[in-house]
Amino acid sequence: MTPVAVMVGANRIVSAAGIIHPLGNTELSAEDEKALRRRIVEKALQALKTEVAEPTVFTGE
Amino acid sequence: MESLRVVCYLNQFFGQLGGEDKAGVGPQIVKGPVGPARAVEQALRGAGTVVATVRCGDNYVAEQTERAVAEMLALVAAERPGLVIAGPAFLAGRYGIACGALCAAVQAKLGIPAVTGMHLENPGVDLYRRQVYIVQTGAEAARMLEDVQKIVALGLRLVRGELLGAPAVEGYFARGVTRHTVVEHNAAERAVAMLTAKLAGQPFASEVPLPDFPRIPAPRLFKTLAGATIALVTDGGLVPQGNPDGIEPLNATRYGAYSIEGKSSLDATQYDNVHRGYDTTYVKQDPHRLVPVDIARELEAEGAIGKLHETVYSTTGVATTLAHSARMGREIAEQLRAAGVDAVILTST
Repeated sequence: MTPVAVMVGANRIVSAAGIIHPLGNTELSAEDEKALRRRIVEKALQALKTEVAEPTVFTGE
Repeated sequence: MESLRVVCYLNQFFGQLGGEDKAGVGPQIVKGPVGPARAVEQALRGAGTVVATVRCGDNYVAEQTERAVAEMLALVAAERPGLVIAGPAFLAGRYGIACGALCAAVQAKLGIPAVTGMHLENPGVDLYRRQVYIVQTGAEAARMLEDVQKIVALGLRLVRGELLGAPAVEGYFARGVTRHTVVEHNAAERAVAMLTAKLAGQPFASEVPLPDFPRIPAPRLFKTLAGATIALVTDGGLVPQGNPDGIEPLNATRYGAYSIEGKSSLDATQYDNVHRGYDTTYVKQDPHRLVPVDIARELEAEGAIGKLHETVYSTTGVATTLAHSARMGREIAEQLRAAGVDAVILTST
């Protein structure tokens, strides 16, 4: 859904883990799932710290 | 048969009362046409007579719209008009809003057709185009007569009860009305014609206008994360069991504000999910898959963020209208700002 977020003008966008569980993944162990969630939230915090001039998708680790 | 009685509305400037120094003047009525109302009289070409001109200061209307409109309405009604023409307001914002408000009231309360004219960027257009026929004019009065002729022509057709054509053809701003019509070519033929025109670099017009999303400058976070209060917001439909705010499963007009005070995580048995736009099985099993309170609390305890805001805001983002989305977003943002929140993580499905 990130292209939609870009289109409507959201400024800081982080790709998450999917529509039915953006901050989880049922195929992972509970521990790994939480680690995944932590990475996504940390990336969101990183995005908040970053100055942007236009809708920006933060990808990669 | 009595000739069509027309009443015009003008602001203090066009009504020849004066400039900004007269913007506070209340409604008054003069017999016959004044200023641009003379152009209306001319454009009527005998099809009607301007029996009176109502004029009022822009600030008077802007500062107490309801009262001003009620007062003007009484003046208009006393003249028993068959048509009311307001403006044109061109790019003048306060004037445009006054024209729109008066026309809407004249139609709704007196049942009399009313038309106005404005420039595309007049704020009155977005506020009133759904209720009132607003003819598209230039930004300034340079082509007053031409613009007035268009307004009068449209007004006369409304008086005669004629069905108007599409906004682009007739020169008024779209009112958001859908009407069934029979067209010569089917959708496939029109789509192919559009594509070939596009490929040939020729002009073509989409039949589905896309909403216009205004660019909003990205705010900067001036604090360090370690000193910042972060709030969690979601459009993924998280609600406490029983959905106490009655948030709609789709087409939402409401949102909820839910306290997480004293909670280091969200207990799945206390929450539900009413979103009808995705399979919510997994976020019902573990709400953190949607709203990461557990991780945020850890980051708060570690000092990576200053504070986690103790209220989570939630709604359902599915088939939600742009207008309601914008309103809810604005209301939530106002509450967050008042609570001293510095930044938001909004999780979306």
